[in-house]
Amino acid sequence: MAGMLPCLNQKSEKVAVRFKTRSAIPATFLAALILLAPPMHAADEVENSPTTAAASETSASPAPEQIDTEAADSAQPAPGASEPTLEARLHDLTQASLAQTPGIVTDLARIGGRDLLPLFEAMLAGELYYDEGSLQLMRIAEDGAGIDQASDILSGEALGPREPRSAGKVRINNRLRTQLRDTIARINLTDGTDAQRRAAARAILNDVNEDSVVLLREAAATEDDAGVRELLTVGIAMRELTVADTDEKRLAAIAALDGRLETPVRNLLTRYRDDPDGQLSEAVQDAADSAVANSDASVEFYRFIEQLFFGLSLGSVLLLAAIGLAVTFGVMGVINMAHGEMLMLGAYSTYVVQQLMPNSVNASVLVSIPVAFVVTALVGMLIQRYVIRYLGGRPLETLLATFGISLILQQAVRTVFSPLNRRVVSPEWLSGSWQYNEVLSLTNNRICILLFSLLVFAILQFILRKTSLGLDVRAVSQNRAMAQAMGIRTERVDALTFGLGSGIAGIAGVALSQLTNVGPNLGQTYIIDSFMVVVFGGVGNLFGTLIAAFSLGTANKFLEPLTGAVLANILILVFIILFIQKRPKGLFPQKGRAAD
Amino acid sequence: MKLNKVFAGVALSLTTLTFSITTFAQDTIKVGVLHSLSGTMAISETTLKDTVLMMIEEQNKKGGLLGKQLEAVVVDPASDWPLFAEKARELITQEGVSVIFGCWTSVSRKSVLPVIEELNGLLFYPVQYEGEESSKNVFYTGAAPNQQAIPAVDYLMNDLGVERWVLAGTDYVYPRTTNRILEAYLKSKGVAAEDIMINYTPFSHSDWQSIVSEIKTFGSTGKKTGVVSTINGDANVPFYRELGNQGVSAEDIPVVAFSVGEEELSGFDTGPLVGHLAAWNYFQSVDVPENEAFIESWKSFIGDEDRVTNDPMEATYIGFNMWVQAVEKAGTTDTDAVEDAMIGITAPNLTGGVATMNKAHHLSKPVLIGEIQDDGQFEVVWETEGLVDGDAWTDYLEGSRDVIADWTPPIECGNYNTVTKTCSGQNYE
Repeated sequence: MAGMLPCLNQKSEKVAVRFKTRSAIPATFLAALILLAPPMHAADEVENSPTTAAASETSASPAPEQIDTEAADSAQPAPGASEPTLEARLHDLTQASLAQTPGIVTDLARIGGRDLLPLFEAMLAGELYYDEGSLQLMRIAEDGAGIDQASDILSGEALGPREPRSAGKVRINNRLRTQLRDTIARINLTDGTDAQRRAAARAILNDVNEDSVVLLREAAATEDDAGVRELLTVGIAMRELTVADTDEKRLAAIAALDGRLETPVRNLLTRYRDDPDGQLSEAVQDAADSAVANSDASVEFYRFIEQLFFGLSLGSVLLLAAIGLAVTFGVMGVINMAHGEMLMLGAYSTYVVQQLMPNSVNASVLVSIPVAFVVTALVGMLIQRYVIRYLGGRPLETLLATFGISLILQQAVRTVFSPLNRRVVSPEWLSGSWQYNEVLSLTNNRICILLFSLLVFAILQFILRKTSLGLDVRAVSQNRAMAQAMGIRTERVDALTFGLGSGIAGIAGVALSQLTNVGPNLGQTYIIDSFMVVVFGGVGNLFGTLIAAFSLGTANKFLEPLTGAVLANILILVFIILFIQKRPKGLFPQKGRAAD
Repeated sequence: MKLNKVFAGVALSLTTLTFSITTFAQDTIKVGVLHSLSGTMAISETTLKDTVLMMIEEQNKKGGLLGKQLEAVVVDPASDWPLFAEKARELITQEGVSVIFGCWTSVSRKSVLPVIEELNGLLFYPVQYEGEESSKNVFYTGAAPNQQAIPAVDYLMNDLGVERWVLAGTDYVYPRTTNRILEAYLKSKGVAAEDIMINYTPFSHSDWQSIVSEIKTFGSTGKKTGVVSTINGDANVPFYRELGNQGVSAEDIPVVAFSVGEEELSGFDTGPLVGHLAAWNYFQSVDVPENEAFIESWKSFIGDEDRVTNDPMEATYIGFNMWVQAVEKAGTTDTDAVEDAMIGITAPNLTGGVATMNKAHHLSKPVLIGEIQDDGQFEVVWETEGLVDGDAWTDYLEGSRDVIADWTPPIECGNYNTVTKTCSGQNYE
């Protein structure tokens, strides 16, 4: 921090001079902000020297070793030995090392089959435990009220509440997770719900071989859902393509796979197009080429949609972060460096609410929205009442004072909550993604936040346009003396406006808690972006803020794949500096009397 | 009369008290603690400050060192790199500390380095770092690249069969250098250039949508893909969240991280992370008596049952114990004597083995790979068979291949070129 202050001081003279005209505030301010930004450490240059060319010649290509085969063997029955019983294998499961477990799972799947589905599912979810005395296997999971309940793994019989710590856990690792998922997929392929069968069919597409194609054929015979059957036929066609021995068969299989978007299909077809072994006829290669090209067009299109969504989503985060500032800085003209800390307080409110109602994660996020609004609005009004009011209209002093407040708030949070990040759990409806097709899937939390930001924007517009408070706010911001003469209590309006702006920042903090860290530094990450958006959009213009947020977000996301995240940020900043030079009042400058 | 006597008594006892405090103060060995207690790095470094304080308290309970009590001098460099140098100077010249435990980021260490060498101080640096450095005045108790990055890549390659590599990092010295080493290493193992994707993001990057989507596309060619992450602290939460939301599971694309430990995980909702990996020299979950005792004393010292331990804490623990032994062996806290005594010193680590300080001022330690569990702890899935000697200068980069560090006679150099037989002095970059 000490490093930042001197640069403020050095700059202050220039800043003071330029603050004479109001229109220059944004440009100068931005310059000051950029100076305030944490120093970017010049990373040492990475030279891509071709030093390793020689080295790579000498080394052989890596062959993945199966390290734990011997361990797995030891868990497998010796050849000729009698088939182990289900009970024996279940018993082994509780005693096995991680390396032995895969063998046991294979056995269990063979002996128990679909009866053991609850066991595999509990194991995959990490909910499979055993009693250390009786070695009875059980599932321990939270019930609706957040109490850990145990139930027998096979019969499902309830065994009453039980602490997971008091039981032994059947440990799993990635290899086991893969195996369990495959096992479950195989079982579900014929028996599960529509969604399960679809997921199972997708999973098997990744590994179509002699065994799994038998399963696919069996399932296809009885499948009545058209979508799942399509996936099954694709799988069968993939197998047919790989085992085909004549061009006719190959061409027929390729025709069946034409235009499919599934990754394994595209990989397979690409292999046939490129023909690394050089054994395929030109006709087959051409057919594969056109099949890949057909899907390429759709893939490109959906990638574009996805990128657009990423941009809009980044824009919605920028909008949320900036919209409170658009009120305090844009409408009231107060340079509020503590705005970021209002976001932080909103996020911490979410954390506190979640601590208070640990059993209803889903509701806690909704509850924290009004809580965060009230908390941050109160803090904002206190700051306005006891600090900013006395600095009325002196931008530089306000800037320094609010910067100081932001440091105080950060350190206060460090003292109260510890400097460590706090853990905010995402509710289920904010996790996962909405899968439109093989290529395009949009994450739920981003969709919700996009909608939420538009909702907040609409509500704010409503308050400023349609309520008497809004009328007062606009009157005071346009001409304070005249508004006062007309009987408006400007002091009260100032406090309420600042409270509104801060409260909205608090709401934004709730949304941010679902995306990023809840920690003392949360605010600093967003303060610069917030000012950037407001200044770019035009100070005092809410619609400008909206347009600026979404256009900067989209531009950033379309630049990122080309230049990398670091350079994309720099380019956007450079663009804004140039833009402000040309149009100091931003995209949508205020016109008429309000502008003076 | 009576009252006067009482007054006299109080005055007398106060004088003796002050006197005893002054004599007491003269009789202590001062230990400097140079960790950020505010600013960005406070999140990680505060814990290490507390660890040093705990070690000092325990040592004092055992009767101190050389018959004197240890006294901690804590300063706050506030995550401000130039301030690290100023505070180090203050610790040595004004406070007269015998040793400094401190620094986390490589930038802060590089900032302290000239001061500590000029004033002939002693610094114990407890964090995994990018290597390519060995100073006479610094003991590196964290992992060098060959004690963390290289074994982790070996594990992905040999045990998980990874063929395509994403090297994702935050844009600063440690990830850049580590990735440069890893890239050279992977190429030396026959990985083609198009199978390596390198991506850098700014500090505290929070919008990972397009990068995760890129990783997904990169990993969809049918070859097993793994991510080697040198992403720094804060940016990890949104990164893993995005991985989870976009449906990238650890089974499909495992991520092995070098900067994510128990402490960082305690601020995460670990649900989406289960199965991803981390490579360290220590995990809290390692079940040996030394570790159990350490965790116990840590929890009671900090007064919080939920506090976790992590790898840099172990490095601090080892470093502190080694320093205590070296001072006892040398019989003085004089820097040069302690430096000589340090080499070859052994101290128990917390994973059931023994760490040795080698001639390059680095440690020999085991390397562990753990999978993240849903309780925020790690399940060890792999470990090196023996100890790995910390290699200050990597063998995989041109220019660094022939360089070694050896602080014993006759070489006595941190940057000795074995081909030209010259010591290029303290020029590290």
